[in-house]
Amino acid sequence: MEPLLKVENLRIELTTRTGVAPVIDNLSFELGAGESISFVGESGCGKSMTALGIMGLLPEKVGRIASGSINFNGEELTTATAKRLRDIRGNDISMIFQEPMTSLNPVYTVGEQIAEVIRAHQGLSRKAAWDQAIELLDAVRIPNAKGRVSDYPFQMSGGQRQRVMIAIALACEPKILIADEPTTALDVTVQAQIFDLLNDMKRQTGASIIMITHDMGAVAEMAERMIVMYAGRKAEEGPVEQTIEHPRHPYTRGLISCVPHIMSNISEERHALTEVPGIVPSLSDFGQNRCLFASRCNMVTQKCLEERPTEKPFANGQKAACWYAEEV
Amino acid sequence: MTDSPLIPTEEIPEARHPFAEAWEMFRRNHAAMVALVVLLLIILAAIIGPYLYPVDPFDMVWSPFSPPGADGFLLGTDYLGRDLLAALIHGARVSIVIGLAAAVVSVLIGVTVGALAGFYRGWVEELLMRITEFFQVLPTLLFSMVIVALFGASLPMITFAIGIVSWTAVARITRSEFLRIRELEYVTASRASGAKNGKLMFRVILPNALPPIIVQAALMVGSAILFEAGLSFLGLTDPNVVSWGQVIGSNRQYILDASFTVTIPGLAIFVTVLCISLVGDGLNDALNPKLRQR
Repeated sequence: MEPLLKVENLRIELTTRTGVAPVIDNLSFELGAGESISFVGESGCGKSMTALGIMGLLPEKVGRIASGSINFNGEELTTATAKRLRDIRGNDISMIFQEPMTSLNPVYTVGEQIAEVIRAHQGLSRKAAWDQAIELLDAVRIPNAKGRVSDYPFQMSGGQRQRVMIAIALACEPKILIADEPTTALDVTVQAQIFDLLNDMKRQTGASIIMITHDMGAVAEMAERMIVMYAGRKAEEGPVEQTIEHPRHPYTRGLISCVPHIMSNISEERHALTEVPGIVPSLSDFGQNRCLFASRCNMVTQKCLEERPTEKPFANGQKAACWYAEEV
Repeated sequence: MTDSPLIPTEEIPEARHPFAEAWEMFRRNHAAMVALVVLLLIILAAIIGPYLYPVDPFDMVWSPFSPPGADGFLLGTDYLGRDLLAALIHGARVSIVIGLAAAVVSVLIGVTVGALAGFYRGWVEELLMRITEFFQVLPTLLFSMVIVALFGASLPMITFAIGIVSWTAVARITRSEFLRIRELEYVTASRASGAKNGKLMFRVILPNALPPIIVQAALMVGSAILFEAGLSFLGLTDPNVVSWGQVIGSNRQYILDASFTVTIPGLAIFVTVLCISLVGDGLNDALNPKLRQR
């Protein structure tokens, strides 16, 4: 079966003061209908750029898709007209953002903002769109939806605002929902509620979810497949459980060992929390023909510095871009 | 509900509507409140005054230069024996209407130019801002005098002449607000839900850019009244309607003999513009979130 979204050899370039840097370098992945995948990686690895690239929302004049293809439901998005992309955005592919405090417009009520999207894409009457907004608020479990629909964003808490964002994103029953670190700004308890909600909504609407995060816990909670990004390249891809169980890339291994574990018995010996030493290379170093993780890797050899690793597939569906993937 | 007992229902402290909060801030500014009351009285006088005091300001009703209070004329008579109180009341209408209309004209031009420049950036911004700068360096009084002299001294033309020389400040404020707001997350979020450019500009960004524009517009009403007074002082006014500046202009030769004929309309202009400025200042405090905490 054809995947819903198929990204092939995508290269996104950003123009910086020092020149052109490939923030996304030769990225390929597929997303099936009803599937959820997660993009993981540190800040500056190109996770959000992937999302913006799919949405056609790369920063004007700075970012552009240099080559490759994004195929959505049989339609090529990299060459689609601005008008066609507008029709797709919010209707077929929608997005929720990291900061619920700032991603709602402060001068309109939440109901107006939900109804607006419905009216724009489905041409419903004002009244019908408003009624649907109330239903959606109820669906995202905002208590007393009828009363809160005419609240302004400042009258709501962070978790409630993120629910409203989810309601807006799901208003037109999109085929793909992109969630860009949807819970980073929220309390842990609220995070769990939002994950529950997203999983429920996914079951109900059958939407595919692309979740962008740096939280391994969120990955385990939400996704079936994960893609680990490093410096604009795919480091590893695979089914979540198996990848976490046995990562095939030193970077993935590092990320996983960074997650602290809560122990029920505090007298138990605790493992020292490990870190991945060093930082993500700066944009100007992106795109070189070598392994970009080499400077932080404890398995580095001369070969890593001389040639970009190719992707090695494993029998269980994992793929890792490391010369020594078998040995990790 | 599905909330577990562990998780308290999310509640946030009493938040108030921004308008209520702004009004609260405005009310705390005593000078602005007094100015607002005076201004409302002036506007009221302009609206119903002519009915309460039905004297034609162009009628010669008494001997010239009758001082205020004498012979039953509260504010005296001018050099042709016309009632100054009637001139003041009728002149208020013209001054205020021109002030408001000119402010509307310049807000319309300024917001359009500033919004397009701030939203589209690039060559659109370059072009529009160069045009704005061109209008900024024009000597404003001279330019509007030329317009009125060329196209005739009717009220609409005077309004237009004032508006066309004073929109630049609005354009620059609008552009700077647009530059700031267009980068905010809710604009990207609207874009991500498929909003068109026109909607992004005027329904998403503009309402959030309004506070400083409103303040500027309020102040502009005051400067437009001054401008109109200046033009009519120079005789560039519709001779068939009385305005405060025109009264000053026509009596200026007699300033030494009967200073009240010039002082009284001058005071009217002064008080009105002062009140507008104070109200504008109060609005600035009320609408500027950075001053809220004080």
